[in-house]
Amino acid sequence: MIAIKVNGTEHRLDIEPETPLLWVIRDELGLTGTKFGCGIAQCGACTVHVDGEATRSCGIVVGDVAGKTITTIEGLSAESKHPVQQAWLAEDVPQCGYCQSGQIMAAVAFLKEHPKPTDADIDANLTNICRCGTYVRIRSAIHRAAALMKI
Amino acid sequence: MSVINTQISRRQFVVATASAAGGLAISVALGDMADAATIRPQTFGPDTVPNEINAFLAIEPDGSILIRSPHNEMGQGAITALPMIVAEELECDWSKVKVEYASPTRNLRENNVYGDMVTAGSRGVRMSWQMLLQAGASARERLILAAAQKWNVAASDCVAANSKVTHKATGRSLDYAALANDAAKIKLDKEPAIRTPDKFKLIGKSVARLDTPHKINGAAKFAIDTRIPGMVYAAISACPVPGGKLKSVDDAPIKGRRGVERIVKLDDAVAVIADRYWRAKEALALLEPVWDTGEAGKTDSAQFAKMYRDSLDGPLVNAKSDGNVDDVFAKTVAAGGKIVESLYEAPHAAHAQMEPLNCTARFDGDKLEIWVGTQSPMNALRSAAATSGLKPENITINNCFLGGGFGRRGNNDEMRQAIRVAKEVGKPVKLLWTREEDMMHDRFRPQAAVKLKTALGADGLPVAFDARIAVGSIHRSSGNPAAASSEVEPQAVEGIANTNYKIPNMRVGCVLKNTHMPVGFWRSVGSSQNAFFMESYVDELAQAAGQDPYKFRRTLLAHRPDFLGVLDKIAEKGDWGKPLPKGHGRGIAVHECYGSIIGQVSEVSVNGKGEVRVHRIVAAVDCGHVVNPSIVEAQIQSGVIYGLSAALYGDLTIKNGVIQENNFDQYEMVRLADAPKIEVYLALSGGKKWGGIGEPGTAATAPSLANAVFAATGTRVRNMPLKNAKLAGAA
Repeated sequence: MIAIKVNGTEHRLDIEPETPLLWVIRDELGLTGTKFGCGIAQCGACTVHVDGEATRSCGIVVGDVAGKTITTIEGLSAESKHPVQQAWLAEDVPQCGYCQSGQIMAAVAFLKEHPKPTDADIDANLTNICRCGTYVRIRSAIHRAAALMKI
Repeated sequence: MSVINTQISRRQFVVATASAAGGLAISVALGDMADAATIRPQTFGPDTVPNEINAFLAIEPDGSILIRSPHNEMGQGAITALPMIVAEELECDWSKVKVEYASPTRNLRENNVYGDMVTAGSRGVRMSWQMLLQAGASARERLILAAAQKWNVAASDCVAANSKVTHKATGRSLDYAALANDAAKIKLDKEPAIRTPDKFKLIGKSVARLDTPHKINGAAKFAIDTRIPGMVYAAISACPVPGGKLKSVDDAPIKGRRGVERIVKLDDAVAVIADRYWRAKEALALLEPVWDTGEAGKTDSAQFAKMYRDSLDGPLVNAKSDGNVDDVFAKTVAAGGKIVESLYEAPHAAHAQMEPLNCTARFDGDKLEIWVGTQSPMNALRSAAATSGLKPENITINNCFLGGGFGRRGNNDEMRQAIRVAKEVGKPVKLLWTREEDMMHDRFRPQAAVKLKTALGADGLPVAFDARIAVGSIHRSSGNPAAASSEVEPQAVEGIANTNYKIPNMRVGCVLKNTHMPVGFWRSVGSSQNAFFMESYVDELAQAAGQDPYKFRRTLLAHRPDFLGVLDKIAEKGDWGKPLPKGHGRGIAVHECYGSIIGQVSEVSVNGKGEVRVHRIVAAVDCGHVVNPSIVEAQIQSGVIYGLSAALYGDLTIKNGVIQENNFDQYEMVRLADAPKIEVYLALSGGKKWGGIGEPGTAATAPSLANAVFAATGTRVRNMPLKNAKLAGAA
């Protein structure tokens, strides 16, 4: 049995410890907001927070996060009220939307480290892929979120 | 005339349309999210509901208005823009609108009431706007008639607005909800005329996208998120050499593994069935299938590139032949005039949409239910019937949000696999491709080579143009029966044979050659490589003529005011001709496809190591009319980034018949670090033009980039991607 805490709920799972966290989140827990994109921690569609740190969940096995606190997009806020979500809404960032859970989770963790980011900070630190090319609006939304968080 | 809307569009985006008075009107955003229409996280619903006025809309007792979108949502904004068109004529309260996809089964039953429902070719608004305006107008007229009959007054004395019909003389009014039942029974003698663009109230506004609220919290349901009772998972591996067959596979290595139920053999693939996807995928990796790859298993990219180049020597079939090309070339040579000849090439490109292909299938007796993300639900329905042996009316296609499409989701390859596997397993199956499977078994943009040759007159302008094109046939590869006998297809020659540059003598020849690699519709299709060829080459002509590339294009397009509008806009906004730092360069390109004209000025720098950095791309588009400017802006940005990934990095190589770059570590994508500033402007010509917007942005990116690289370095790049070009670095 492996114990993990996801979005505030403790789960005890009878599962192979080498299972990637992504598939535990999606198939065991049924939290499908976290997406499968590449399986090799390249694209970031599966980004979640492990003890507050942005982590590509396809690249970490569940055995390594036992006892840790995991937050997925579903647990980020009640009613999408997190400033990053509000900024994403205001800027109408998503297109197909498939990568956006990961983009948002990455941005939330990034803003903790860079509360007043420049475009150069954003470009250097955020590496999630968006095939719809929403990057211009992602930059705007991160600046907007940073401003919202200061209030 | 320039405005930065601070409420909702917030971006540097100029929305200028010719108003009825001939002046310029700035479109104003609605801005208030609370007044938005809504969509559920799930896109599909029952194919009929009570309280329908027509197939496109129902008015429910609580006043909410269900509008059905005939095209799906894959990021391009269809489920926001298309209902806006219906609501424009319906005169309804936008905040009461709820949106679902139209049902393909109903479309079949009701004689294509929703049209072909194909979401490809930038055709959402382009093909459906009249039908949607008509659906809204027809319902509004019947609601007015229902009220007039109730009050025993003339319909012409009543007016519809904000989901109410009001009798003008007395001021009494009835909500649409109270009139819906009666309105549904009314047959109109003739359909009302649809309104003209100068009367539009909702169309032209940057209404917030309806899907955004579900795409910021993980709620939006993609096909991959389907979970149904009793479902098992399938991981699948098709023969790595496309077209190859499965000879044999031994399931001994995976017997007794936790959760693994069995294998399923298809003629060209093997699948593992398990209670969890991860268990199925891990087990699949342990199998050692034996494939029959035939001659295709000995091929490589260099051999195909040579084949396309060699094919240019003929024979070719003419897609266009105007004037007397050979005579003019001979005379030009004899007179010592200039001839410019260049060879251009393009590699395969993968769609690499973010959501790998997947499908869930469930049989229930003689019924079949499918959960998939498809750009072509009608093809999916027909294909599901053929694959399952069931009647199409017994099949339900639940089309989901698409995690990117870009042309990949029109063939339904994954659906046919899921149906075959579910049939054999006897349980509902969710079948999911890995990223590697998705990239190795794409239907790629065709590989191509072209030879372009032009004779320039004494004034430097072209007098004769000869294009020779060798490219894979998309239609033959897609199994289109009409394609077998066709030696030229529009996608092969688009952007060259229909060029708008005025050249008196023109010949465009084509040879279609396919390999074992499946080819298909990749965002902007033939324009994605042909615009690169043509617009890079026109720059070469301008250079040979000693003329400025912008002015040279202007001269050759003087007969097209819409092109000039786009060119002038990008030249102005893109600072054409203004000084740049050393090592920087600007490139220009303009191209027409899917009914729209796109122009771009790219600004790049090339450092001492020959590395290209893209700083800024200024785009202008003439799509005639705009439904939602914010969505148009997003689509052009999107197309630019998509084109940029392919132009900078997109290289697919084949070894022993197998695609080598099969994940994002090897098939690089533009990320934030590479994403330039992108400015989007409208240069609308209005009139009868209702152009598409999903694809044009992609077409102009590679050539404007290559032309900027030439301006920065003096090196002309004639093959993509740029990462393979040997650039001399900053002079």
